[in-house]
Amino acid sequence: MSKRFLAAAAAALLAAAPAAAQGTLAIVGGRVLTMAGPAIEGGTVLIQGGRIVAVGVGVAVPAGARTIDARGKVVTPGFFESATQIGLVEVGNVDETNDHRQNDDDHVAAAFDVRDGLNPSSIVIPVTRIAGVTTAVTRPDGGLIAGQGAIIDLTGVNVDSMLVRAPVAMYASLGEASKGAGGGTRAGATMLLREVLDDARTYARNRQAFERNQFRPLAASRLDLEALQPVLAGRIPLVIDVNRASDIRAALSIAREFGIRVVISGGSEAWMVADELARANVPVVVKVLQDLPETFEQLGERYDNAAILRRAGVKVAITTLDTHNARNIKQEAGNAVANGLPYEEALKAVTLYPAQIWGVADRYGSLEVDKVANVVVWGGDPLELLTPVEHVVIHGREVPLVSRETQLRDRYLHLNDATRAYPQAAGAQTQQ
Amino acid sequence: MKRALSALVLAAAGCAHAGAKPASQPAPAKAPAPVAEAPFPSTYRPFPSTPTVIRGGTVMTAAGQVIAGGEVLMVDGKIAAVGQHVSAPAGAAVVDATGKFVTPGIIDVHSHLGVYASPGVDANSDGNEATSPVTANVWAEHSVWPQDPGFVRALENGGITSLEILPGSANLIGGRSVVLKNVPSRTVQGMKFPGAPYGLKMACGENPKRVYHSRGPSTRMGNVAGYRAAWIEAAEYRKKWDDWEAQGRPADKTPTRDLGLETLAEVLRGHILVQNHCYRADEMAQMIDIAHEFGYHIRSFHHGVEAYKVRDLLAREGIGASLWADWWGFKMEALDETNANLAMVHQAGVRAIVHSDDPGGIQRLNQEAAKAMLAGRQAGIEVSDNDALRWLTANPAWALGIDDKVGTLEVGKQADVVVWSGSPFSVYSRPEKVFIDGALLFDRLNPSRQPTTDFETGLLPAEAQR
Repeated sequence: MSKRFLAAAAAALLAAAPAAAQGTLAIVGGRVLTMAGPAIEGGTVLIQGGRIVAVGVGVAVPAGARTIDARGKVVTPGFFESATQIGLVEVGNVDETNDHRQNDDDHVAAAFDVRDGLNPSSIVIPVTRIAGVTTAVTRPDGGLIAGQGAIIDLTGVNVDSMLVRAPVAMYASLGEASKGAGGGTRAGATMLLREVLDDARTYARNRQAFERNQFRPLAASRLDLEALQPVLAGRIPLVIDVNRASDIRAALSIAREFGIRVVISGGSEAWMVADELARANVPVVVKVLQDLPETFEQLGERYDNAAILRRAGVKVAITTLDTHNARNIKQEAGNAVANGLPYEEALKAVTLYPAQIWGVADRYGSLEVDKVANVVVWGGDPLELLTPVEHVVIHGREVPLVSRETQLRDRYLHLNDATRAYPQAAGAQTQQ
Repeated sequence: MKRALSALVLAAAGCAHAGAKPASQPAPAKAPAPVAEAPFPSTYRPFPSTPTVIRGGTVMTAAGQVIAGGEVLMVDGKIAAVGQHVSAPAGAAVVDATGKFVTPGIIDVHSHLGVYASPGVDANSDGNEATSPVTANVWAEHSVWPQDPGFVRALENGGITSLEILPGSANLIGGRSVVLKNVPSRTVQGMKFPGAPYGLKMACGENPKRVYHSRGPSTRMGNVAGYRAAWIEAAEYRKKWDDWEAQGRPADKTPTRDLGLETLAEVLRGHILVQNHCYRADEMAQMIDIAHEFGYHIRSFHHGVEAYKVRDLLAREGIGASLWADWWGFKMEALDETNANLAMVHQAGVRAIVHSDDPGGIQRLNQEAAKAMLAGRQAGIEVSDNDALRWLTANPAWALGIDDKVGTLEVGKQADVVVWSGSPFSVYSRPEKVFIDGALLFDRLNPSRQPTTDFETGLLPAEAQR
């Protein structure tokens, strides 16, 4: 594929985008995996105004609609990554570009909300979406309570146009990562978490006394205690990064005591407590490709964690737990299949189940009428490593399959310094 | 090179007991050359095997041929025959590989298994002797813990049969690497690949200058000054010993040994292969100039996120490129990544190698190769299955100097063979059987052929076992 062709294609797509958003897009003839029923062979997905307006065989395509020929292709909802720091971490080791944690010494940072630090121009966004990931949770970490995360669609020029739901959840951790908050012990950390939740509840009942400075000291700042109210009210879940089976049980206890919703993230040893998680209706966000006793809280880590959890009836979302390579979520899902998770379940674990876990299944997660038109056309099995992404549609618009990664590639398809460093001048010349 | 090495090994065998304490011996006319000693010799012996024929699978030799329904015969630990049909001796064990794929064992040129073992607690952190920017005197094998569960995972999920364990990248010159056969063993000596040359770990860029920031080097120019100072010393040391050698090893003039300079001198003599951690294109060019200045050769650049930018230079210099399929963004020098890196360097005639540098990644180098194949295709570079397999087998074998022994399914080579459940480039495929020197060291279908480690013995409560 030539550089010129790509540039022209990108330009055409960009030029067409505003019109297409107002108009109609029809993805025709593909094998449509809706996540809401059996596969539809030769189906059409019809999109208008950024929403799906029809899905099925023999859907009439209005005259003048832009059409994507998906014959021989596979059509799925855009993949949904449940644990990234996209827009918050640009270059890992360059602190100046990191906005995912407030303060290493601040163990309780509930009021920290990633939203205001989100960078919609992050180079990670195009890299990720051209791999078929259209929606991602981007989240804080660090300390005992890290703050609030958001769901973003991987398109847009400003944060507001990307936000799907914010805050989507409050983030905490139990185990080795947060022992420090508890004076160096697990029990100290759970004690502090309980104290903060209890004080948040107490604070809500005594706001006036607190404002008049007529109340005892509380375990966290006013803003932190306010930020925890949606958790106590059950409007957002408390996501707990936790790996050891006993720490997961501690998380379940806290959920019961405070009547809050909990999501387990990481959960290396979650398979050991699968039945308890199922009974408590607590979902787990799993990275599949972990199978080493990397720490003493991950001794039971294994590739079939997701498969065992699913068999026990636990709702599972699959994640890369990565930012720059959140694009590899399909590899995680494919490996889950290789390790016993049924194929349909693996696909749902990167589409429908995340949408359900994060409370946006009314708009996301499947190809159904009225849902947001985030759609990917794949050259074959979406989970196979040799399958290319052919079209990515976000909010009803096709995005160009271009990122800084592909642009650097194209810039170096030829090694001549003159044509590379002055590409516009080179465009006028014959390519070497 | 190969001859020099075997000479070294022979010489070492001949004087295994001599020269341990040259000074205290009754003065011989000729002192033994200390560099010819072979301390820590390999005690590896192949596991027991029976003649085995693998039938019915797609045999990917990594030597050009892909034989549908082909056959591989292993006898006495060696590949005895490969072809559409081979005649197997009576009584040979038969492996039915119908519907499966047969490849050479996978080789990782960049691993820290054993030196950064699981669990990754401080007590197991033995990969960086970060006490001085030049520690050519240390040997990775003295840090390798053979009970690292990562070795077993690499075998059963990655089909890894040989691997190079390197010191980390904190130092400009990090020390000697060691090449291992991925077999269960109580000692690292029991894993050492017989006859494999040593490697020398060098590192460019951000890591050394960050680690030594307070006392230097703290800049890339400081890094380069550090390498050059080390090589100047090494050249002098080598000359001192070579002169002594030329004088007939006069016992009263035996130069003083220096472990670090001894290793560097062996690099200058071409006996130890330089494995150079380096991300940026411009730094690779600098390292090549340093190699020219001091007359050594860089065998392979490792990580090489920007290798595609200087692929012509790497091809001209005959330097391998050991790369990831898609790692990027974790630091400044890893920013200019393209997934087409492997395919682009391959197309330019560079020996492309998929490496891991990671106990997870080593379990799926085949999958990483598949991603890089796709990226190549999207850049208009079609990479054949045979060539992509060579990224995992023959090319890493070359980078480690063991390509005369392993890396392809060719008659006479060591029978390191993986039977995959499907195409090695499919996400759904897993090693089903792994043979090392003809011995079945892993069988997914037979629990009695699934190795375990001391560390994981009795680690989980019985009620948690599934």
